[in-house]
Amino acid sequence: MTNNKNNLYFTKDHEWVLVFESNVARVGITKYATEQLGDIVFVEVPELDSDVTIEEEMATVESVKSASEIFAPITGTITKVNDELEDSPELVNESPYESGWLAEIQFENEEELAQLMNQEAYENYVKELKEEEGQ
Amino acid sequence: MNNYTDILFEISRSGRTAYSLPKRDVPTISLEEKFSKVHLREEAAKLPEISELQLMRHYTALSNKNFGIENGFYPLGSCTMKYNPKINEDVARYRGFTNIHPLQTTRTLQGALRLMYELQEDLKVVSGMDAISLQPAAGAQGEWAGLMIIKAYHEKNEDLKTRRKILVPDSAHGTNPASAVIAGFDVVEIPSNEDGTVDLAALKQAVGEDTAGLMLTNPNTLGIFEKDILEMADIIHGVGGLLYYDGANLNAIMGITTPGAMGFDIVHLNLHKSFSTPHGGGGPGSGPVGVKAYLEPYLPIPRIEKTGNGFELNSNYPLSIGRVKGYFGNFGVNVRAYTYIRTMGARGLRKASESAVLHANYLRKRLEPYYDSPYKQVSKHEFVLSGNRQKKLGVRTVDIAKRLLDFGYYAPTIYFPLIVEECLMIEPTETESKETLDEFADAMIQIAKEVEDTPELVTGAPHHTSVKRLDEVTAARKPIVRFE
Amino acid sequence: MTNEFRYLPDTEQDIAEMMKTLEIDSIEELFQDIPEPIRLKEEFTLPDALSETALTTHMRQLATENVNTDDASIFLGAGTYDHYIPSVVDHVISRSEFYTAYTPYQPEVSQGELQAIFEFQTMITELTGMEAANSSLYDGFTSLGEAASLAVTTTKRSKIAVSKGIHPQGREILKAISTGREFELVELSLTADITDLSHLKETIDEHTAAVVVQYPNFLGSVEDLKAIKEITAAQKALLIVMANPLALGLLEAPGKLGADIVVGDMQPLGLSMSAGGPHCGYFTVNKKHMRKIPGRIIGQTTDKEGKRGFVMTLQTREQHIRREKATSNMSSNQALNALASAVCMAALGKEGIQEIARLNVDKADYLANQLKNKGVPIYNQAPFFNEFVVRLNRPVSEINTSLLDKGIIGGYDLEPEYGIKNAMLLCVTDQRTKEEIDNLVSALEEFIHE
Repeated sequence: MTNNKNNLYFTKDHEWVLVFESNVARVGITKYATEQLGDIVFVEVPELDSDVTIEEEMATVESVKSASEIFAPITGTITKVNDELEDSPELVNESPYESGWLAEIQFENEEELAQLMNQEAYENYVKELKEEEGQ
Repeated sequence: MNNYTDILFEISRSGRTAYSLPKRDVPTISLEEKFSKVHLREEAAKLPEISELQLMRHYTALSNKNFGIENGFYPLGSCTMKYNPKINEDVARYRGFTNIHPLQTTRTLQGALRLMYELQEDLKVVSGMDAISLQPAAGAQGEWAGLMIIKAYHEKNEDLKTRRKILVPDSAHGTNPASAVIAGFDVVEIPSNEDGTVDLAALKQAVGEDTAGLMLTNPNTLGIFEKDILEMADIIHGVGGLLYYDGANLNAIMGITTPGAMGFDIVHLNLHKSFSTPHGGGGPGSGPVGVKAYLEPYLPIPRIEKTGNGFELNSNYPLSIGRVKGYFGNFGVNVRAYTYIRTMGARGLRKASESAVLHANYLRKRLEPYYDSPYKQVSKHEFVLSGNRQKKLGVRTVDIAKRLLDFGYYAPTIYFPLIVEECLMIEPTETESKETLDEFADAMIQIAKEVEDTPELVTGAPHHTSVKRLDEVTAARKPIVRFE
Repeated sequence: MTNEFRYLPDTEQDIAEMMKTLEIDSIEELFQDIPEPIRLKEEFTLPDALSETALTTHMRQLATENVNTDDASIFLGAGTYDHYIPSVVDHVISRSEFYTAYTPYQPEVSQGELQAIFEFQTMITELTGMEAANSSLYDGFTSLGEAASLAVTTTKRSKIAVSKGIHPQGREILKAISTGREFELVELSLTADITDLSHLKETIDEHTAAVVVQYPNFLGSVEDLKAIKEITAAQKALLIVMANPLALGLLEAPGKLGADIVVGDMQPLGLSMSAGGPHCGYFTVNKKHMRKIPGRIIGQTTDKEGKRGFVMTLQTREQHIRREKATSNMSSNQALNALASAVCMAALGKEGIQEIARLNVDKADYLANQLKNKGVPIYNQAPFFNEFVVRLNRPVSEINTSLLDKGIIGGYDLEPEYGIKNAMLLCVTDQRTKEEIDNLVSALEEFIHE
């Protein structure tokens, strides 16, 4: 994962958003999310060229006995999807930040990014969650 | 025998047969002349070629790797795995029942029609409803038919546009919300309160002019009777909604109360649960739907009716939801349910429910010192335990279930209802003896001790089955659903 | 006192001991949570319990009140058929390890059924030419309804075009399902006996999710799937084919002709007619739609020691996990009937399935020819499998009454549904002998000429 912390964002639902130039963001789920889901057996990626809306369902990630919706972290249009997940959903477990990415979104409203967490804030958020679980 | 692992296609050898077709007594025509080339198979379907003895050995070997009720105790909660009487099987195989065509004239089907008519009459009594249709093939189809009746009823009253919501408790069977959606409704989940019953305050808050109906199992999936049922019925009826009864748990209350008495408007019954018809490894079942008189015009057609001239079919019900299943439903299953009711009579059915409830409470009492028991009130025909205590020691409910297989038992339903953590849902049924209940309790107690002393014995289970734990992850990631 | 209920093992001693453990004095106490006003005051009013002997006498009486295939020669098909059922079928499904088991939730002790259904899935996909099958649905019509629903969901289109060549009950069920799921049905008319291709072309558009045809169709004729596929594909609609699996012993697999979903009823292969049920729906698709299939699917895997085994797979589609978001509400299926069909397919094998299909074609053809020679017009213009339509000189119901007196169950009355005057759909299976066919021809003689 890139070290440039300025262009990396996180949601409370454990998605990461990596912003490239020209308003394109790559989206995936975090390691914490994959640990919660267990072995991922199928990923339903969004359709190419489809429009997604922030906080609305965008993709589905399935384990053997659960199906979890992934919500769009930002509003925009899907410009690329990770086709490799169709045959190798395990990439999400093995490499959530690299080869396990889900899709790329072309977005317009940069202000939506302001609602997301930076890496430090997300790490603290996860730490709190883990502490709660430990109790 | 457990070492047999061959698949049919692996034992297939060209030139072997296991059939005996009637001798040809008519001319052989030219297929090429009759059909155009595009109609005929280019390549034969590769069905296996085996001898008759090979076939019987194959399936006998497979049956030896399968666990049925006659192999041992089957405490699968919400499934009512009671004994499937042999006489039912004999009767259902009478050629007067198996070798009849559904589209024969009613004059030639009087026995079948009488049987179905009388079964409907019996089920009216048992459910407290005024009319029954035997058409639905299983519980889920009965649910769907019932919801379609709710839909048609509101449509008739011209308020279907606003009545779009079906309320379903969070402890409900998964089929309830799924059926509601395919009937075109939106689902609103109603939370349970701490004692495991529907939270009345939440229910009151959820109802309104948009309520189409409520689906409820009573006793519910926790095995607890919803004692506020009359109040719930008032709440739903008060806003113009209908009350739907999921009959999966009827085995607790036969002869004691009825869904009709509780205020329900529509029910489905699972004849493969309370009425002893076999589950067949997942089916066929039978899920008749019943209604109060004012909903009778909406039942599926054709209806079976008694006339001065014998039994007839009547499709002249313009408000009917139409046909939900081919022909008369799962007739062969209904023959078995009819046979069961004739064997048990009124008193037998009541005794069955009494014993089912006694067994559940007895078994629960024996297990409570060893497993968390989240609900305190009396159980009906089934009860839930939680494996939380064991989870803290690193053993999950699934491990306990797998370990039970080593003891020669089927496992309880696990991880359902979803509202109980590490749930074990146990339904002993009335056809088990006290000795079996005691032996099962002893096994569960021993497993609880193993969890403390030798947890790896439990987490590594099963040890004595034909296969060990199976890799479900790879099965779902790279599905192989046919032999290649 | 002896226990009068042989299925209930509790002795008075057992009951006393259990009550003691529960610290209760009467069974009634276990029902105190049921409010008094709804507790029944009286016993159910049901007929008296019968002994096994009295019961079998009663049931035999009921069975005798039906005319079965031992009493009459049956030429009625129309979706349910009197075919050869190898004796082994009933022996296998009578094994209690199979018939008394539940859905295989614990695969380690359900390998027998899981493997048998996996083999079923393989055999039915062989016949249909598709890549994946489920473990069965209630019947062919339910499968048809589920196929239409799948098409609507995956294409995000709202219209299903249904050929009038689909079994009338299949169309009725589609209607109920479309009322529930709220999609639109349009009917495709027939030329004479097959789907009218020009009407198909006019009717379907970019809102059409799927075109639904039967193969052979309700009138017995074999549709031109290839031509239908071309028109369907032009609008990117799916082609759903409801096919008779026995006919697929001879007829080209719909999968090879471009079908996207092939469904139908296994009844012709190993299932008794049983007044219409239990039969067994099959549901086959290509891999593309595999994760949208309704119902249970069995998959192959390995255990932790590397041994081959089978499990229910792709379960996240299903209601017990997805609840209101499930692909369907299917829970129970017809697993035992799928097993019966699997045994039948295994018994017939590669040669037998062709041979039995052939016999049906030849026998139906023989009857058609005999009738034609007597001057009876055959309505079908396209080639037919084991059913065809004849036009007679009296209403079919009247003719059937006369035939029954001669020990013959006549064909299906098409006039009410299809408006073809005095039209009878006749079926000849492998079970009808030349003698029976000849008898039918003579019995029909008086109904031939105007």
